[in-house]
Amino acid sequence: MKSVKLALVAVLAAAAPAAAADSALLAKYAAQAPAKGSAERGRTLYSAVHADKQGRDVSCATCHTPDPRQTGQTRAGKPVEPLAPSANPQRFTDEVKVEKWFGRNCGDVLSRACTPQEKADFIAYLLSVK
Amino acid sequence: MQTQYWLRLAAVLLLTLVPAGLILADDDDDDDDDHDEIGLVDRTHGASPRMLVPAGNAAWRTECAACHTLYQPALLPARSWEKMMTGLAEHFGENATLDTRTRVEITGFLVANAAGRSGGRGARIAETIPPAQTPLRITDTMYFKRKHHELSVSVYKRPKIGSPANCMACHPGANAGDFAEDRVKVPR
Repeated sequence: MKSVKLALVAVLAAAAPAAAADSALLAKYAAQAPAKGSAERGRTLYSAVHADKQGRDVSCATCHTPDPRQTGQTRAGKPVEPLAPSANPQRFTDEVKVEKWFGRNCGDVLSRACTPQEKADFIAYLLSVK
Repeated sequence: MQTQYWLRLAAVLLLTLVPAGLILADDDDDDDDDHDEIGLVDRTHGASPRMLVPAGNAAWRTECAACHTLYQPALLPARSWEKMMTGLAEHFGENATLDTRTRVEITGFLVANAAGRSGGRGARIAETIPPAQTPLRITDTMYFKRKHHELSVSVYKRPKIGSPANCMACHPGANAGDFAEDRVKVPR
């Protein structure tokens, strides 16, 4: 038993640094949420289509494309760098920036703020996209 | 025989050079080397006469180029920028809100460099906007329409362009304020 536990700890210790930057923010949101971040719920959140305040159909995928590893584009035609950290390691490392964009984009897509659970799920999903 | 040749030559030259002269006679080119195309003072004094080379403002560059071309302040009057910067929650159909400190800083920069505040072409842009109007869309201004009058509306619908708001699609130097006509490349 002790050897199994040791092996498990070793594996986790090896994996931790790689995910450290991203999971710090994920851990922060998850701590404010009822449950830990779920990639499955996050994927649903990412692709769900809503009617925005102007009645247009919109989802996260509208600007970030259905595949978050791809370069997207804004409604004004400007390219948007990929959202998945596997394609763009800068993503989800700057808390101020992340909060700013959650504030704006949840307002645009959901017509309300995202909950900490939704933020945790969202990041969990994007971390899972390799 | 010789006279006829010279007469024909004169006729050809008249029929080509005069219309060419009329077509090219346009105040598009700014003869004042100290000012760029749209009004911000070029302190390089003509080193790059067609380019806009102000230091700009870092917050403006970061925030106002995140989703679209970095629109030059001299393209709209101060009152338009003030109105726009107090309505960022509904910024052309999207939420573009900023923290107060950043918003105030960027507004100050835009107003200080707005059309009519910085001389050059910006003064002319300000003059063509009626004082009773406070346009938010640069593409609604007479200045923009005059500059683009040769283009049919269908051009803007090309996939690589999308809309007239997408300056950098045809003006690769738009974010640096470079709208020089000989650097325009309209995608097919």
